[in-house]
Amino acid sequence: MNQSLELNSFSGYDPGGFYDEMFEADGSVRPEYAYLLSQIEMVPRKDFTSKQHAAERALLSMGITFNVYSENEGVERIMPIDILPRIITGSQWRELEEGLIQRVTALNLFIDDLYHEQKVIKDGIIPRHVIESSKSFLPQCKGLNPPRGIWCHITGSDLIRDGRGQFMVLEDNLRCPSGVSYMLENREILKKSFPEILENMDVQPVSDYPTRLLDMLQHLSNKAAPTVVVLTPGIYNSAYFEHSYLAQQMGVQLVESSDLIVVDGQVKMRTTSGFETVDVIYRRVDDTFMDPLAFNPESLIGIPGIFEAYRNGKVAIANAPGAGVADDKVVYAYVPRIIQYYLKQEAIIPNVHTYICEEEDSRKYVLEHIEELVVKEANEAGGYGMLIGPKSTKAECEEFRKRILTNPRNYIAQPTISLSRVPTNIDGHFEGRHVDLRPYILYGEKVEVIPGGLTRVAMRKGSLVVNSSQGGGSKDTWVLY
Amino acid sequence: MLSRVANSIYWMNRYIERAENYARFMAVNFNLILDMPPSEKEQWEPLLIANADHHLFQEYFDAPTRDAVLQFMSFDQRNPNSILQCFKQARENARSVREIITKEMWEHLNEFYLHIKELPNSRAWKMGEWQDFFNEVKMASQLFYGIIDSTLTRNESWHFSRLGRFIERADKTSRFVDIKYFILLPNVDAIGTNLDLLQWSAVLKSVSAYNMYRQAFRVLKPEDIVDFLVLDRYFPRSIYYCLSQAEQSLLSISGKEAPLNKALKVVGKLRSELEYTEPSEIIEAGLHEYMDKFQQRNNEVGAAIFEAYFALKPVETFPGDRLEQ
Repeated sequence: MNQSLELNSFSGYDPGGFYDEMFEADGSVRPEYAYLLSQIEMVPRKDFTSKQHAAERALLSMGITFNVYSENEGVERIMPIDILPRIITGSQWRELEEGLIQRVTALNLFIDDLYHEQKVIKDGIIPRHVIESSKSFLPQCKGLNPPRGIWCHITGSDLIRDGRGQFMVLEDNLRCPSGVSYMLENREILKKSFPEILENMDVQPVSDYPTRLLDMLQHLSNKAAPTVVVLTPGIYNSAYFEHSYLAQQMGVQLVESSDLIVVDGQVKMRTTSGFETVDVIYRRVDDTFMDPLAFNPESLIGIPGIFEAYRNGKVAIANAPGAGVADDKVVYAYVPRIIQYYLKQEAIIPNVHTYICEEEDSRKYVLEHIEELVVKEANEAGGYGMLIGPKSTKAECEEFRKRILTNPRNYIAQPTISLSRVPTNIDGHFEGRHVDLRPYILYGEKVEVIPGGLTRVAMRKGSLVVNSSQGGGSKDTWVLY
Repeated sequence: MLSRVANSIYWMNRYIERAENYARFMAVNFNLILDMPPSEKEQWEPLLIANADHHLFQEYFDAPTRDAVLQFMSFDQRNPNSILQCFKQARENARSVREIITKEMWEHLNEFYLHIKELPNSRAWKMGEWQDFFNEVKMASQLFYGIIDSTLTRNESWHFSRLGRFIERADKTSRFVDIKYFILLPNVDAIGTNLDLLQWSAVLKSVSAYNMYRQAFRVLKPEDIVDFLVLDRYFPRSIYYCLSQAEQSLLSISGKEAPLNKALKVVGKLRSELEYTEPSEIIEAGLHEYMDKFQQRNNEVGAAIFEAYFALKPVETFPGDRLEQ
């Protein structure tokens, strides 16, 4: 056949024994993907490839790049986008939505309790030392009442699907979950790549995220027209693009620490015409770096006095300082019990089974079976500080055994889940790649889940690590009605 | 507007203007070489001296050969003023304010920087390739101004953009005039000869002033050329024009009713002095001496702008702010 006319084809596609989101085990297409497949198979191979290239070029000229910490040369990289979307059905989504609302509601009650009466500890649901030894538990926040009683305004929980396609929560991100700009830009790119397919498939929109985010932030202030800012660590932060993108989309100022100052107990920004009061801060800075007076007297970064202003209700901060205690990876293991405790409900979306290395039986099991397990540090993110047993050398496993024995509180382990796969365009043909899903949950007047999210793809063959800092890519996520 | 943001916008524009002028400087020399009688040697050092880059250059190179100077001024990462570095810094500045500027401004800068960063090794470039490159830089800069002109709201961002552009351009135009001083004539008798005028017309062409000058004066005369490049009221690259535009933008930023701050006083004084200067006074003072003095005072304008708008002031210096509550 003439090569220029060759059409896209899935004929040699091999699900490889994994849960494939597009195809059943017998090779037939799942109903939610049927229309997409029929359309994609009518696209000449060549055109598909050029759409793929156009998408990557667009990312580069828009400057949607992230910085990789360890690399000097060419520090900016794009997170590759795979233009074949990932689809979630309306009924799957409704269950996820319900489960996420349940989870975030419970976590917010949990955080508030931890900084007040600590009933959850007194009632023996979670051991005191687990909380007090968590790096993200901030004693400075005790007794603090954040505006509207909300601690976790923006949550990005990472979901995976196991070998049977069951959705599970892998971890919660309650500090500064990133990636939402990719969710938004991926959709914009797919609108250009496949306008007709999108039009015919009734996909729920995500583009109103910035509006919803701004509504949520404004809700935190009593003023009619509060001044909202986004606080970034600066252009060398790996998520800088996102910070400026969100500020731009919301039409608010993007500030760095040095732009802010506390004057007479009020947070102000330095402008060309003097100081201007700030009412709400969407911070993308680690909470303990916000105020040297409150958290780290030796630190030179941060805004002295801002925590005091926050404590006195002069400014709202999202997410609330101290909220990170709920995404400690050891605390994670207790979340189903936390949901049960506060809401008297079963967790709708289950956790991945988790071994708490601090508990003797679990530790013994982990040390004996480390080659089969995934071991994670309690406070790390981004795929750092992590061991994937089946993919590691003997020496690496041994190293982690030592680390666990030295500081068991700092480690958890989970069985290696064979994550679900979605067909992905690799060098001109389709191969299955493992994916996860990070939906975004906003807690304002009510808790709402954005119908979509960031699907991260482990682009390397066989890899289970989807983090952008570890060579991951992304896909647009289509949630159907 | 945030002080930091204003500062970034101002410098983003200065860097782009600087890059454009560097391209123009090198283009002058090619112009000259092609017009020179064969007895004359090409001179590359004046470019460095006029821009005060010669000390840095001497740290890395033995002799100001054509290749070395072109490399140094175009792509050398050790030279903070090289065209590549200017675009890099302009882009970094743009990146830190991209939520303030327009999407088109950012994308243009970003794409052009990525483009020149990836250009194949320029060491073996022929003269034609260099000229294409300089032209490309010039066009990229002018397109950037065009994008600003047609997409940016006439707010503070726009005025700080203009401010940066005109302060930088005033400085660079003075250096174009200066370059004529540094390009040596074979002997004193050559003043006023065809060779002298050839050099002057190369300077005019490099600042896109040749046609406009001809319309204003017709005959090439050094004194008239100085008049045109320094004092003309309407030519957009003349020093006077640049300063008066910068002053206009400063007035718009501070508001016409507000008391004059230091920046406005310094720029207003310099502008009005130029306004009442005769070209003959410049020649009598010595062209180079006059330009040198001007550059110092223009730098004072830059420092006063920094003080008035960008410096991160401690609390006490905004007394009016406490009344806000």
